[in-house]
Amino acid sequence: MTESYKQVGLSEDEYNLILKQLGREPNELELNLYGVMWSEHCGYKNSKLLLKMLPVKGERVLQGPGENAGALDIGDGDAVTMKVESHNHPSALSPYQGAATGVGGIVRDILAVGAYPVANLNSLYFGKLEKAHQRYLLAEVVKGIADYGNCLGIPTVAGEVHFDDAYEGNCLVNAMCVGLTRSEDLKTAFAKGPGNSVMVVGNLTGRDGMGGASFASQELTKESEENRSAVQVGDPFVEKLLIDACMEIFQNENVIGVQDMGAAGIISSTSETASKAETGIEIDIDLVPKRESGMLPYEVMISESQERMLLIVKEGKENEVNKIFHKWDLHAVKIGNVTDDGMIRVLNNGIKVGEVPAKSLTNPPLYKKDIIKPEYLNYIELLDYKDLPEPDNYNKVILIMLDNHNIASKEWIYRQYDHMVQLNTVVTPGSDAAVLRIKGKNKAIALTLDGNGRYVYLNPEKGSEIVIAEACRNLVASGAKPIGVTDCLNFGSPEKPDIYYQLYYSIKGLANACNKFNTPVVSGNVSLYNDTEYGSIYPTPTVGVLGLIEDLNHITDIKFKNADDCIYLIGNFSNEIGGSEYLFEIHKFVKGKLPELNLDIELYTQNAILEIIRNGLVKSCHDVSDGGIAVNLAESAVTGNFGIDVSINSNIRKDIVLFGEHQSMFVISAEKKNENKIVGILKKFQTKMSYLGSVTDEKIFKISVNGNEIINLDLAQISENYKNSISKMF
Amino acid sequence: MFKANIYVTLKKSIFDPQGKAAENSLVTLGFKNIRNTRIGKFIEIELDENDKNIAFEITKEMCEKLLVNFNIETYRFELEEI
Amino acid sequence: MKFGVIIFPASNCAEDCYYVLSSLLNQNTKYLWHKSSEAIDTDVVILSGGFSFGDYLRCGAIARFSPVMERVIEFAGKGGLVIGICNGFQILTESGLLPGTLMKNTCLKFICSPQYLKVENNYSVFSKKYNSGDVINCPIAHNEGNYFADENTINKLEKNNQILFRYCDENGNVNDSTNPNGSVNNIAGIINIEGNVLGLMPHPERSSEKILLCDDGIKLFKSIIESYN
Repeated sequence: MTESYKQVGLSEDEYNLILKQLGREPNELELNLYGVMWSEHCGYKNSKLLLKMLPVKGERVLQGPGENAGALDIGDGDAVTMKVESHNHPSALSPYQGAATGVGGIVRDILAVGAYPVANLNSLYFGKLEKAHQRYLLAEVVKGIADYGNCLGIPTVAGEVHFDDAYEGNCLVNAMCVGLTRSEDLKTAFAKGPGNSVMVVGNLTGRDGMGGASFASQELTKESEENRSAVQVGDPFVEKLLIDACMEIFQNENVIGVQDMGAAGIISSTSETASKAETGIEIDIDLVPKRESGMLPYEVMISESQERMLLIVKEGKENEVNKIFHKWDLHAVKIGNVTDDGMIRVLNNGIKVGEVPAKSLTNPPLYKKDIIKPEYLNYIELLDYKDLPEPDNYNKVILIMLDNHNIASKEWIYRQYDHMVQLNTVVTPGSDAAVLRIKGKNKAIALTLDGNGRYVYLNPEKGSEIVIAEACRNLVASGAKPIGVTDCLNFGSPEKPDIYYQLYYSIKGLANACNKFNTPVVSGNVSLYNDTEYGSIYPTPTVGVLGLIEDLNHITDIKFKNADDCIYLIGNFSNEIGGSEYLFEIHKFVKGKLPELNLDIELYTQNAILEIIRNGLVKSCHDVSDGGIAVNLAESAVTGNFGIDVSINSNIRKDIVLFGEHQSMFVISAEKKNENKIVGILKKFQTKMSYLGSVTDEKIFKISVNGNEIINLDLAQISENYKNSISKMF
Repeated sequence: MFKANIYVTLKKSIFDPQGKAAENSLVTLGFKNIRNTRIGKFIEIELDENDKNIAFEITKEMCEKLLVNFNIETYRFELEEI
Repeated sequence: MKFGVIIFPASNCAEDCYYVLSSLLNQNTKYLWHKSSEAIDTDVVILSGGFSFGDYLRCGAIARFSPVMERVIEFAGKGGLVIGICNGFQILTESGLLPGTLMKNTCLKFICSPQYLKVENNYSVFSKKYNSGDVINCPIAHNEGNYFADENTINKLEKNNQILFRYCDENGNVNDSTNPNGSVNNIAGIINIEGNVLGLMPHPERSSEKILLCDDGIKLFKSIIESYN
């Protein structure tokens, strides 16, 4: 026994703690249960103390972290639930199934809080598409997300895709789901009421994803490539039935608690629901419906077979529950009871095979590691602009920028996702944020999922502030007030002090910005150990932000709408271009100082933009982000199918003006007659705008800087580069 | 007991873009001397039936009723004693 | 007018059709459960889009054996109006109510996109609110929408004006470059020879409101309602 704790991923100290808590040696089953439950994936032992920095409360928060998903009040008794989760390691090994089951898992989290899933989003990071294996990964991941999400009838409405060598050996696949329900119908994951029944519903239990939870907490190696049984196989058809059956079940009060069976399957769902309710659970694994014969007790307990949920059902109501599942050709099987002794007791055909306190499983030791500033941060911000020759042909530069896969249209990807089903998607993928109307109400929600690993790498704190600011800017440009956040923290191994530094300062930055924008973090997930033999990934927090639009007339998108509308710039130029796509694509540098962000100015500007949108003064609105103003203008021109004639004045370098990723900056188009009203509103928010030019019928894209025309291209050419860059790789 | 190994393939006259895509990829990988790559389905079914003739008839009926779409597909099968 | 929308397991567009008919058009609408073998008591039956039975084996192949389909076939035989949208179209071809087969898109990918269609004629009960030659926007969302039938069948469809919608561009051009999925003759929607069964891959319910893309699609439902009144 002495060495076997290592095989389940526990340290000697942890093992000693278990001995102390149990007052005896655990048997093999019990040790395995601790192994999965005390892994980073289930127990958050390395990150939990840091996560306490994040604001989690607010007037709209109905349910914060700790439940299957967070929930926010959007008025009229309506609640929006949301959560983002990583499926990085499974996707690296089996991209199709990994991505598909990632969607399945997050959808069940939303279902488990009693909400109907109304939108999926995803955030994907790969190595560069010039490499065949990365193209394979992208194609398979996208197909996995599409096949699973499309079958469920949940629209995949927004997301982001990045390509950078830093993710070559360890792609990131973060899936987010958003649900809608009434506040009073929210479900929680409490195993209340001793004597009540514990039922497992959905698919049969097999050996899928054996040890997936502890597996996700180890670094990827050649050996783990062999370990493919750790990958689960998804069945979206059964998941869809599970959704429909659960929605029907939730209409009455027979179900007291619900928990998704995700990582670590039965053991995590039973111990978490019991632990929260201060109860215990006794189950008999013999009663668990299995797909394979000869499964060992611990295999049944930690199996990650997909499309299963744990229900806590009122005593005596089991048949009623089963009847509804039966209607949907599913089964609901009683596997045990809630008890009052705080223990998770596992029986096998009536004989006790293990017994541990529920709370001991769900309260792993929490670690605060040493924080050491990474060596690279001492010089990475140094950038001498003399090393950057100014381009002599800006036509060429903008075409290269639009052809860059990080900037180019992601249509090849989102065309494969059904983004229209459920009839709510007012603003479809390809704009700043997706907008979904709430049927029967004069309101809508806006959604975005965003990250910027390169920025966070260059400056973990500032970069993370920018990630939140940029996501909120996307919502504001769509006419929405940001109201809450869900985050997925993708980092390298926390055992490395410099990575732990990135994690610490990144969370600090997220907290700074969330506090400023009054956007509490209501749910999230941590994915550590994203390391390969090439090193760690860029520290990559991805943030899903929810915005509320209180009048359907306020819904705004990025497309230019009419010729002769005026184009205005709101915000100030920054002289810094560190981490920009321009610096990376044209000069091949990943260094320099990030563009300045002042959170106060950001908030004023966002409020100003919202106010002018709410006054109906704006035709289109688009925030400046990757690729700067030049790309911003091109996106609005191409998607609206109009030319532009724009002139920018500034005393900083032309390339920095055009391609710098200036913070707190928006481009709007509006009718000339509204100019004075807009200026008046901006003044109230201490914000100014400058006139850039106009939208034109002529399909020409023209930009002058300080009176010199430096870009003059046919819209068709701009469009060709922007729209076909990714599709032509396949 | 018998196991039916059923092969469902597209009729010769039906264009098979999947086969074409696989073939193009194989050619790119250096397999130059190949042609007519066609992708079909392989279905295995265990039949609780000891009479081979009956097993044959049942399999044929399953193909005709559900497993094959005769507008575009054709099939053949083998029975293997298990 | 009474509409019935069939729910097969994973008919995930059934609610969308229900919403358009009952909330936008104020029609008496109910769901029909796939396991039901009661006679159809509505005026119109809609087989919605979705992934009935997970689209496993072949799209629509399993759904056609649901008990309700015997009733639908009986209903159609008596002249009842039946519309199959997307997966519903696939079920109709699998069950023999419409000729042909919907094969995998030639691009081998799922396509979800706005899509222009040319209305070939307005003689049909399903298209009388349109003008012949109208170009409408009606989104597609499918993996298997590549309509195929043998030459003989296609000739008959053409000759009998059974082709109601074809894929085109915004100017109504029907050719290979405006064909999203490889369908023979850009076929997007057909009716049976009697004219009471329509199958189409595009989703008219997805362009039934101005706030979502446009409301070109709602005229299809309005055509039916008008012909009834």
